[in-house]
Amino acid sequence: MREWADFTVEERGGRATLALHGPLTISSIGLLDRKLREFDGSVQAVDLSAAGDIDTVGAWTVWRFADQQKARITGTSGQADTLIAAVSEAASTAPIRPERSALPLRVLEDLGEKSIGAWDGTVRVIGFIGQIVRAAGSLLVHPRRFPLRALVRQMELVGVTALPIVGLMSFLIGVVIAQQGAAQLRQFGAEIYTINLTGRLSFRELGVLMTAIMVAGRSGSAFAAQLGTMKLTEEIDAMRTIGVSPMEVLVLPRIMAAVIMMPLLGFFAAAIAVVGGAVIADLTLGIPFLTFLLRIQEVVPLHDLWVGLIKAPVFGLILALAGCYQGMQVEGNSEEVGLRTTKAVVQAIFSVIVLDAFFAVFFDQLGWG
Amino acid sequence: MASEDLEQEIAHEARDDVSEQAFEGEFPICIEGLRNSFGEQVIHENLSLKVKKGEILGVVGGSGTGKSVLMRSIIGLQTPDEGTIEVFGKNIIGSEPDEEGAVRSRWGVLFQGGALFSTLTVAENVEVPLKQFYPELDPELRHEIARFKVVMSGLPGDAAAKYPSELSGGMRKRAGLARALALDPELLFLDEPTAGLDPIGAANFDSLTRELTDTLGLTVFLITHDLDTLYSICDRVAVLADKQVIAVGPIADLLKADHPWIKEYFLGPRGRAAQNLGHGMDKQGVSKA
Repeated sequence: MREWADFTVEERGGRATLALHGPLTISSIGLLDRKLREFDGSVQAVDLSAAGDIDTVGAWTVWRFADQQKARITGTSGQADTLIAAVSEAASTAPIRPERSALPLRVLEDLGEKSIGAWDGTVRVIGFIGQIVRAAGSLLVHPRRFPLRALVRQMELVGVTALPIVGLMSFLIGVVIAQQGAAQLRQFGAEIYTINLTGRLSFRELGVLMTAIMVAGRSGSAFAAQLGTMKLTEEIDAMRTIGVSPMEVLVLPRIMAAVIMMPLLGFFAAAIAVVGGAVIADLTLGIPFLTFLLRIQEVVPLHDLWVGLIKAPVFGLILALAGCYQGMQVEGNSEEVGLRTTKAVVQAIFSVIVLDAFFAVFFDQLGWG
Repeated sequence: MASEDLEQEIAHEARDDVSEQAFEGEFPICIEGLRNSFGEQVIHENLSLKVKKGEILGVVGGSGTGKSVLMRSIIGLQTPDEGTIEVFGKNIIGSEPDEEGAVRSRWGVLFQGGALFSTLTVAENVEVPLKQFYPELDPELRHEIARFKVVMSGLPGDAAAKYPSELSGGMRKRAGLARALALDPELLFLDEPTAGLDPIGAANFDSLTRELTDTLGLTVFLITHDLDTLYSICDRVAVLADKQVIAVGPIADLLKADHPWIKEYFLGPRGRAAQNLGHGMDKQGVSKA
């Protein structure tokens, strides 16, 4: 049980006196402080002679009360005098949070800020793409500056290390398509079309789309977080002062790595999805594994493969752009890194899905339906 | 509200593990036979050190001699391989988590870069330990404490509403100090408080440290490379070298020691310059008195 500081009001020498007792320290002041805030009498003196230890919080509470009441502080020890003098000098009424305007005004302000922000963002994205093009151009002029090591490293991170997770995901997707497809097709005896369904869907749509989503989550977020942290720690500023272009050594390798690895990963994903479909077909539909694979060659038109392979680098470009752009926009504090990383992933996945819809219409018009 | 109700309510809100009694012993920090290593690399071997109550102990040593590791061991961020560390008479290695409040509410730590929480304003930073250990305090009192601690640490009052990213390096250190002092600690750890400050700022910070120590009766564990700080405010200096504390004492005593590193440190060109300055200050003080 803690010993709380408390007070009594007494009449001493014709003056109403607030006599404090108990230790006046941060651990014992909670009760006294609240009581003094509710105190509605008036006193001319505050007496500390019966009080125990005192610290700055105790001194502050006493000084604030005495100052409000215009009361004298009596019975102080040397320590109490020093502390009361110190806190009274340090008294401040400054706000502890930045001022906020009234709600209706704030709504308008926010709206304005968002509108300007949206326009600014568009300008900055265009500027960012311009910087990339310029960096690419300058690398073409000075091919010896090409950051080959960084590119290879990023290709490893984006592509090679993603193989297990992309493979597992695609295998399971293949299993699900085949199993669910078969369940529906069985109703009119067209189970054999499970092969068409699995093959065409994998190569045309799902292989690349799911890979893009996975890479956006794995690498797009990593790009944003890495570049963002490097901005916070002034690494990117340091590069600029040395004359190294962060666009050339950081952004370009990441974007190129994503553009190069996405078709490879997408093809890998589609192939594994077909294998997954073949396995489930073998187990539940009675279609032998090899027959399934042979039929794939016959029923999947070559242009389905092209559709997937053409979309993949575009998706890679989009998700790497989103990651790098958001990373390079980080300023201020560590919270921003998190916000920007989230934004990068959300933007990447959203754009990929929207683009995929456009591609579907586009290829259909081409006659590659 | 009736007084008993208020008392019960407050007692209910209050944590029951924070300390109420100030430390009465002579040595708030007592380290015996400390050993720290990272893999093959041994940082401390059989290191012992006692910090006296009410003193400013300066800790010096070459880069990589484990000054920060020593501080991290004392405040429980680094678990040593061997040895005992007693803070306020309690062994802090492997201490029960629910006993920790009693020790943690009595020290304040200023990290090298300030280590302010970047999403909170300076005043909110100061309020974090207050909320953590004394939830029963009225929010208004908490705001008031935050305000006067900010000013006490040498910041202008309106810095309270600023975010750390809006502050300069020196102001961030002062804000870190305000947070370290939030709970009126008995023990204050300062990790290179004057590093990166301009000489005037550094001298101000030194005198602020001395002033606060004298006003609040603090014990200060101060890691520094700054010879001026050592000469102007430290009561004793501990020298880390060869994985141990090779000497502890007032600078005057250390100057007589014949360890080569101590000699080079205090009697090198920078040491001499600071020494002259220190003596100059002494003389000034004498003539004023």
